[in-house]
Amino acid sequence: MELLIALAIGVLFTVGVYLVLSKSLLRILLGTTLLTHGVHLLLLTMAGLKTGAAPLLGEKAETYVDPLPQALILTSIVISFGVSAFFIVLAYRAYRSAGMDDVEGSKGERR
Amino acid sequence: MLHVAVLLPFLLSVIILLIKPTKLVHPGWVVLPLPAALFVYFLTEIHTVRTEESIVSTIAWMPKLGIDITLVLDGLSLLFVLLITGMGALVVLYSIHYLDKHTEGIHQFYIYLLMFMGAMLGVVLSDNLMVLYGFWELTSISSFLLIAFWYGRERSRYGALKSMLITVFGGLAMFAGFNMLYLMTGSYSIREIIPQAGALTENSMFIPAMLLILLGAFTKSAQFPFHIWLPDAMEAPTPVSAYLHSATMVKAGLYLVARLTPVFAGQAGWFWLISATGLITLIYGSFKAIRQTDLKALLAYSTISQLGLIMSLLGLGSASAFFSGKEDAVFYAMATTAALFHLINHAVFKGSLFMVVGIIDHETGTRDLRNLGGLMTVMPVTFTIASIGAFSMAGLPPFSGFLSKEMFFTSMLNIRELDLWNSSFWLSLFPVMAWIASVFTFVYSMILVFKAFGGKLKQDKLDKAPHEAPLGLLLPPVLLISLAVVFAFFPKLVSRTLIEPAMVSIHQGMLAPGETFEVSIHFWHGWTAEIFMTLGVIAVGILLYRTYTRLRLLDREAKGTNTLNRIYDGSLQLLERGSRRLTDAYMTGSNRHYLLYIFSFFVIALLTVMVREPGISFGMKQYAPLSIYELAVVLVMLLAAFGIPFAKSRVNAILFTGCVGYMVTLLFVLFRAPDLALTQMIIETVSVILFLLCFRYLPKLKQQKEPLRFKLPNLVIAVGVGVTMTLIALAAMGSSPFEPISEFFLKESYNLAGGKNVVNVILVDFRGFDTLFEIMVLGIASLSIYALIKLKLDGDAQQTPPGK
Repeated sequence: MELLIALAIGVLFTVGVYLVLSKSLLRILLGTTLLTHGVHLLLLTMAGLKTGAAPLLGEKAETYVDPLPQALILTSIVISFGVSAFFIVLAYRAYRSAGMDDVEGSKGERR
Repeated sequence: MLHVAVLLPFLLSVIILLIKPTKLVHPGWVVLPLPAALFVYFLTEIHTVRTEESIVSTIAWMPKLGIDITLVLDGLSLLFVLLITGMGALVVLYSIHYLDKHTEGIHQFYIYLLMFMGAMLGVVLSDNLMVLYGFWELTSISSFLLIAFWYGRERSRYGALKSMLITVFGGLAMFAGFNMLYLMTGSYSIREIIPQAGALTENSMFIPAMLLILLGAFTKSAQFPFHIWLPDAMEAPTPVSAYLHSATMVKAGLYLVARLTPVFAGQAGWFWLISATGLITLIYGSFKAIRQTDLKALLAYSTISQLGLIMSLLGLGSASAFFSGKEDAVFYAMATTAALFHLINHAVFKGSLFMVVGIIDHETGTRDLRNLGGLMTVMPVTFTIASIGAFSMAGLPPFSGFLSKEMFFTSMLNIRELDLWNSSFWLSLFPVMAWIASVFTFVYSMILVFKAFGGKLKQDKLDKAPHEAPLGLLLPPVLLISLAVVFAFFPKLVSRTLIEPAMVSIHQGMLAPGETFEVSIHFWHGWTAEIFMTLGVIAVGILLYRTYTRLRLLDREAKGTNTLNRIYDGSLQLLERGSRRLTDAYMTGSNRHYLLYIFSFFVIALLTVMVREPGISFGMKQYAPLSIYELAVVLVMLLAAFGIPFAKSRVNAILFTGCVGYMVTLLFVLFRAPDLALTQMIIETVSVILFLLCFRYLPKLKQQKEPLRFKLPNLVIAVGVGVTMTLIALAAMGSSPFEPISEFFLKESYNLAGGKNVVNVILVDFRGFDTLFEIMVLGIASLSIYALIKLKLDGDAQQTPPGK
């Protein structure tokens, strides 16, 4: 199972990086979303998968899965949502003022 | 008291800054008493320095780093402080009449000059190498400010920058050398380093330290090939040229060499480097001086050449360290005496010659030899000063330059008897080179006097009607040049008071305590080789002077061919262009390129570590079993992810991304993370809505329908990152050396926090701070979004907001 997830993480990163390297702002944002997913899965997988019940003590189970990565991921999800929401709106603003969807077209001033 | 002496110039410069204004009194009159008083004070210390060892005073500065402001007044420092304060007083007096108080930024001039004076006093009095370095750089900076005093001129700025670059380059090298000395000896104090000198020679850092320190000394003292800044520094006002660039600052390198002679002398490298560099500088500078048409440039090259002479004598003097027998040692140490005597003489005649040139410039409006001539009758006093100075410079009797030139020849002839390293051939070249250089020196000294003052007056080429300078301008050079005569007839005046104590500080340990050097300087040695050499110099010199115009040397220089300068300018340009080209090559301004650099570095660095590090294992003890649900979910997720780059429209790409997000949610469910699943689902939904809001309803934009253009480097890097991350994931799972701390959370969640949902307890109880600041992140994000939307920019006016 972990092997499969590791491969999936690799694929998510591959597609994410490929998108981030493209010209269109939208695709760059989508790429970062994929990268975020990859990171979250990586965090979750590293503690081992399915080693017990969900970390709810009412379950009265023998073993529970590691709750700490889940707390970390939860924090990360919220933060990455905040950041990507901001960037989406920023991209939207960029569209409206620059009128284009091409990061290569909006290069910095070159001497 | 020494600290006060060093501090006073800085204090006075602050005072001048504060009391700016009054145009009634020339601020030079406020400055003048200070160097004069300091000069008198140091004169009174001569007796103490002669009889006792030295005057020391210390103020703790950074004791933990071994850096204290320790000032030591011994024979060598005394010679230099008298030079600095004495010349300083005369130059200030001269500048009062030279610079107009109404038209010039006169306050700045004196502030810079005082800064320089204080810094220079600090250089020669400091015992601590770091403090010495600090003052050393301060002289560079104040010299920079003074050269560019007329900053409106392009040449001034060029000269200032050039001198700054070269002297600071040398200064930094010297700084490194000082630190090496510290590493070897554990002390920054010169007086503590000298006793350890014998043990240092085996150290591998000894030779590098020596070379680096010499680099500092050579750049500051304008030795070949670092002399190129000095002729360009002549754009400074003439008092500055007279003070800094002939008498004081350029001698800081000589001071450093003399000061560290007890440490490094006895090294063959030290002897050869200093003597040879000095001789080359001497001969090159004197040759170039002949070819100048500008009087100040002539004096600049002459200064370079004379500094080379003194430097070579210091090198010869260091030969005394090879001998333990007192007789031999004293025999070679006479070169040092010659160096010190010429150092004083040079300050005397070069200072006055610069002032003379300043007067010519002031009274005729030009310094160009081709326009000058026949000033002898209109400016008799100036002519007298100039001829005494020039004859002294050429080494003619009965002026002090003659004495030091004789001693110079004596030392050069003596060195042939040094029978070390089988180098008698090279050593026998020394007197020949010295003689040739003296011929050139004679020629340019004659050019200086007879081209400017002899011949006919060319009134049509001059802007002003030349006339004798006012008394105020004449007084300082007259005072100076009379010293050249006084020292010639009464050399004991300087030899007993200044040179002997200075010799004691340079050649430490050669004499038993209490002994002094018996320095005797005579006019007449009898019919020796030296006198014939001098006669030869005069004969050949006159011959060369009469024919030099036919050699057409002057014209060539006027065309501005100067190889070393071209190399300097060229290398600066090369550096500038090269770095510009390099920057342009990789700073393309393209986002994609920068990301490519970052990702490639990431992949290369991590893969290299993984391949080369032996302890990384990929196997895991126990994998969770694979079920069909998970396989299906992962497959769907991967398909959706793959679909994004191939999506034909924006909406499809967004929906595919949403699909990936929901599949991740499902994985969270399968991996028993209910809180994550809840949050992920909600946030994925909101994100997709946001994406669609922003990117679907943009009416005026052309919709990008075609798929991404395929780019191979992108794909290669992307796959590289993917592979690296997979390997990292496997390696991380495979190696978990410690037990996780989650047992604690699981056990104590209910007992300590009273909650059964462990994830939530961690978020709000155990690790509540994370949550606090995550809330803050959300708050900031929402405020920024609000600001972004409400913000009205100029470009927005023509576009109506969507949906209205």
